[in-house]
Amino acid sequence: MNSQTYAVSRSSRAARVSAIIGTLVLIILVAAPWWAGRADMRLMGELFLYLALASLWNLMAGYAGLVSVGQQAFVGFGGYMLFALTMFAGLHPITAIAAAGLLGALISVPVAVLIFRLRGAYFAIGTWVIAEVFRLGFAQVSALGGGSGSSLPVAIVKSLASKRAMRESISYWLALSAAVLVVASVYFFLRSRKGLALTAIRDNETAADSLGIDIWRTKFVVYVVTSAFTAMIGALIFLQKLRISPDAAFSVNDWTAFVIFIVVIGGIGTIEGPIIGTFVFFLLRETLADLGTVYLIVLGVVAILVMLKAPKGLWGLFRARFDVQIFPLGYRVSKRDPS
Amino acid sequence: MDWLNAIVQGTLLGGLYALFAAGLSLIFGVMRLVNIAHGDLIVLAAYLGLTVTTATGIHPLLAIVVVVPVMAAIGYVLQRGLLNQTLGDDLLPPLLVTFGLSVIIQNALLEGYTADPQKLAAGNLETASFAFGGLTLGVLPVLTFSFAIAVIWGLQWIFYCTALGRAFRAVSDNQDIAQLMGLNRRHIFGLAMALALAVTAIAGILLGIRTSFDPSGGGGRLIFGFEAVIIGGLGNLWGTLAGGVILGVAQTVGAKIDPGWQILSGHIAFLLILAVRPNGLFPRISA
Repeated sequence: MNSQTYAVSRSSRAARVSAIIGTLVLIILVAAPWWAGRADMRLMGELFLYLALASLWNLMAGYAGLVSVGQQAFVGFGGYMLFALTMFAGLHPITAIAAAGLLGALISVPVAVLIFRLRGAYFAIGTWVIAEVFRLGFAQVSALGGGSGSSLPVAIVKSLASKRAMRESISYWLALSAAVLVVASVYFFLRSRKGLALTAIRDNETAADSLGIDIWRTKFVVYVVTSAFTAMIGALIFLQKLRISPDAAFSVNDWTAFVIFIVVIGGIGTIEGPIIGTFVFFLLRETLADLGTVYLIVLGVVAILVMLKAPKGLWGLFRARFDVQIFPLGYRVSKRDPS
Repeated sequence: MDWLNAIVQGTLLGGLYALFAAGLSLIFGVMRLVNIAHGDLIVLAAYLGLTVTTATGIHPLLAIVVVVPVMAAIGYVLQRGLLNQTLGDDLLPPLLVTFGLSVIIQNALLEGYTADPQKLAAGNLETASFAFGGLTLGVLPVLTFSFAIAVIWGLQWIFYCTALGRAFRAVSDNQDIAQLMGLNRRHIFGLAMALALAVTAIAGILLGIRTSFDPSGGGGRLIFGFEAVIIGGLGNLWGTLAGGVILGVAQTVGAKIDPGWQILSGHIAFLLILAVRPNGLFPRISA
């Protein structure tokens, strides 16, 4: 066997081509305020924020094995921090978004220490309890409107930009950069040493442990980082909505159920899955939303069917046929041309 | 006396939470399945009770006779038709499938019964009370607590004194060897889910008589049941009753301090116990 006739590479032609296409698409998207209508920009902004939430949930559930049904805790926390920091501390909204991320990381530390005592499915319900504690807690704060919530004062909204068109563009760009930042962070994290450790834990916890990986710490880091990003996304969501209330901020349907469906339908445990899932979700939503509750029933049925029949999701089906990775994580061995 | 009253009322409320929890505890014990849709199934049982009482005009407590077998049948079909396919080493499928189920049940109820809060009309039983040692106890809470004791005693008896219970314990210990010994684990799991939903039916009817309910209430019931299970310790049915009582007392005492703190103080009690005794107060099996 001659080792010179084989090559190990991480990238592939598909990955390079899609990187070029991705860059072009990104440039077109950045320019959206010059070609898209207001409604379209709003919809795209929302899509990017869901994409970011889905990528984060996927990192936790698909890689770290931390299945949370309580991510609304951090979405709502981030939203409330945006309101509190701009209204009472006088921060600029964009500074407040960054601060919300930092505070999200801080609060997630004691939360993690507590609920990491629960395993598997009980961990999932434990995260839900935390979200409920946050919801009931914020409902008690009368300065933030208590149970009925409050609106962002006009002066703060205007401090973002005085013209409405500019405000909408900024809000859109923030959403777009959040999505790009999250997907890129997840991608580079998974390519790093820590990411390799995480993948090892996902594949076999006992084996990873015996190789000297600190499982608790790795999961803890993922949980804290995810919480920080989720809080920032939450702040962005409520900067778009301009109004917050405990029930909207900590809604399990809006910020967790939809996100889970997106990841499951797209393909859990892949970077591409949440991206595809988000597009499918918005496509379904825009076409079936008029059906109201029936639409949610359809979504639930689709998610169950995908989980049972194609547990790797749409991207998994695609990859089983074509062996393509747009975001190359693993290494592949290929035969070199003997020429 | 006010505080004693809060504690006694909380204890009785704990009976209801123990009924929420018993089904959850049972299916976790037998097949290590955590059913996220459990709370929605409790609400479904309450709605079935509503349909039975409005259609026939019978008392809600009598409706238990109809709703229990219906829910048990739903449980068996659900387990054999859907949930058995999700069981295995991987944690994700059962979790996500029951989560999807929860969304489906919630929205199906919304479609069928609208979002209006409903209540089971039980006539005198809703307000009847009697004096006991200086306190006034509601007949319904006392009845609920007695149901909880009876149900848990019954489950305990099934588990340890019947052939079915032996089968439950066998598949719980080792599924493959139980299968080799001639037990069909798919059937046993179906029966366990049927039994769990029979308990859920009783919990749903008592919930519906006690308070109003609407399709979105499932999540809260699941959380109360789950907290009772964890406080009491996994796999211990009497512990679950104790867990329910602790949760109920925490809630009524919290409400006594400030009405807005009722639910919150229950959650805080749960988190405190989780911090001090991660395996619950009376654990029997580890998660």
